[in-house]
Amino acid sequence: MTDDPLKPEDLHVPANVTARRVVVDAAQWLAGAQRLRDQGAGLLTLWGTDDRDRDGVFRVFAALLLPDRVVVLEHALAGGSTAYPALGHLFPVADRLQRAMYDLLGLRADAGDCRPWLRHGGWPENIFPLRRDVGATQSYAIHAKPYPFVPVSGDGVHEIAVGPVHAGTIEPGHFRFSVVGEKVLRLEERLGYAHKGMAKRFDRMPLQEGHRLAARICGDSTVAFSWAYCAALESITETELPRRAAALRALALERERIANHLGDLGSLGNDAGLAFGLVQFSSLKEQLVRLNQDAFGQRYLFDYLLPGGVVIDLGARMIHSMLDEVAMLEQAVSSLRAIYDDHAGVQDRFRDAGLLSPELARAHGAIGLVGRASGIARDARIDLPWPPYDVLPPGRVLHSGGDVAARVQVRFDEIMDSLRLCRSLLQTLPEGPSLVPVPVAPSGRLGLGLIEGWRGPVLIALETAPDNRVGHCHAHDPSWQNWPLIEYAMIGNIVPDFPLINKSFNLAYSGHDG
Amino acid sequence: MFTILARIRRTGILSEPLPTSTVRDAPLEKLQRDLQSVFGRALRIRHVDAGSCNGCELEIHALSNPYYNLEGSGIAFVASPRHADVLLVTGPVSVNMEEALRRTYEAMPDPKWVLAVGDCSVCTGVFGVNYATRGRVADVIPVDAVVNGCPPTPLALLRGLLQITGHARPKVSSSAVQSDS
Ligand code: SF4
Repeated sequence: MTDDPLKPEDLHVPANVTARRVVVDAAQWLAGAQRLRDQGAGLLTLWGTDDRDRDGVFRVFAALLLPDRVVVLEHALAGGSTAYPALGHLFPVADRLQRAMYDLLGLRADAGDCRPWLRHGGWPENIFPLRRDVGATQSYAIHAKPYPFVPVSGDGVHEIAVGPVHAGTIEPGHFRFSVVGEKVLRLEERLGYAHKGMAKRFDRMPLQEGHRLAARICGDSTVAFSWAYCAALESITETELPRRAAALRALALERERIANHLGDLGSLGNDAGLAFGLVQFSSLKEQLVRLNQDAFGQRYLFDYLLPGGVVIDLGARMIHSMLDEVAMLEQAVSSLRAIYDDHAGVQDRFRDAGLLSPELARAHGAIGLVGRASGIARDARIDLPWPPYDVLPPGRVLHSGGDVAARVQVRFDEIMDSLRLCRSLLQTLPEGPSLVPVPVAPSGRLGLGLIEGWRGPVLIALETAPDNRVGHCHAHDPSWQNWPLIEYAMIGNIVPDFPLINKSFNLAYSGHDG
Repeated sequence: MFTILARIRRTGILSEPLPTSTVRDAPLEKLQRDLQSVFGRALRIRHVDAGSCNGCELEIHALSNPYYNLEGSGIAFVASPRHADVLLVTGPVSVNMEEALRRTYEAMPDPKWVLAVGDCSVCTGVFGVNYATRGRVADVIPVDAVVNGCPPTPLALLRGLLQITGHARPKVSSSAVQSDS
């Protein structure tokens, strides 16, 4: 590689967005990451592969997200080595990603936190389940050891441990608060409880079936993940997605965004003491998923996308019903927004709670919805548009308050913009097929799918194996970037505000844990 | 305040009647009678996500919206297993949640019922069994009834909840894995 790590030996990567791959050695791995960071890149994700059966080495990959493209650094660990240079000093998100990579594959970054992250004692310390020598259905007895939380000491400091089973119907995670009185001095998260061995499950699965598993990485983002998977496979196989199928997928994606935002706005109102908000927004959400049922045959669109298109086309009657629904929602959400905005009690709870300043957000690489509430104007649908967003640009939503109130405003703005997009999509639905066949994929190819889901950009990195099977599939949820930020946003807040603040981020557990 | 009241008035009452009987269900009225004879309209549920994808949780949440109005039928979710009659479990049991699930089950007072919700918890779903998942809930704690679906619809959940109380009274502190119908 010459001094510019991006040229000239970079390779095109099949993807729904502009993506390049650069093969690097250990020094270039670091220098390349540094150079890309200077150009405005954030680290999206890290993963590793066990290629010892192919060419005797392990590989690590880093996907970096620039304002207009994705760059994948690929580094083969020389001579059977299992160590690679850490990136945590450049990108804070790398720290947990590196811990996860060690737990699963036994590749160790040369610096940073060494505590286990996904391994809670469910498999032995010296077993690395993503290695090829571990059987697909192998399981182990549990030998849990206490997790070394960072202790906080001082006069009157005590700890509150919450989870993994919570008081409400939410996903499993553990939160350790160090508090004085009610005030939080420090919050430390422990995640991984919903780890289901996704990557192992993907291993050698028929490529034509992987979208069903991808759709279940994170149930509230099922359209985003299944689209990302399909996009990666369609790019590898050079399948041209019909514009009608792309439009229907975008319709599904925007409806997923609207449904989640409606649900969150209701819960946030409720957490701030306005049960009226929950009743109203949960009713609107129910109406929306019922129309999904009528139009797509399912409420949550788990199996609506498949490689080559979508399962069900949309008829004239359903288009009409959806247009009516868009108008109803615009009206209802606007009037509820006015009520939230004018409600002194709600605003008192929303304002200044869980503050994530733009400086902190930038320094820690906040992305997606959380980033857009803290002044980070990134949205993959706008910055790296793929069909149909290339001809139908979303409006840019941006707030800089960084508190619960700002995250609420982003949700309101995004609902209105998604409704606008839905209307355009429905009115201009291209003619043509909604599903085309996908040819057999060449083996040994890496493809990417990057989709801006409602939380932020989700990524699927898919490598093909012979016989039209998955060689490796790495899924990334934007919650990896944003989880550590709740630890900062909680400092100085009171413990009883945690549910409200946590909800305002509403990050994925299953999506993160994998 | 006026706008809130106006909106409430315009929204009206959305709650729908409880699901009517289907092929699989015994007549609903009987289930409701059973429910009342055991609990007197006070069924309390504790939910544990034992590694789900969060899809099942979306539908469990939906039970509380005005259309299904779960609380209106005398059923409520509680924050502690010690207050619960029914343990509602989602997900293929992840090894990282196995102990928490067992402990939650043990913390519940007898008599207690377990309802496994979603294909993952009933038959491992798309996830199967591997180093990270144990699979079916019934392989970890005794299960009294199941609700299929990925995710199950709120109506299916409601039927499952009403159905569970129509079962024979569970064996107290049974350790054997019961049929998952
Ligand atoms: S049954 Fe389906 S929706 Fe429920 S947790 Fe499993 S994959 Fe998710």
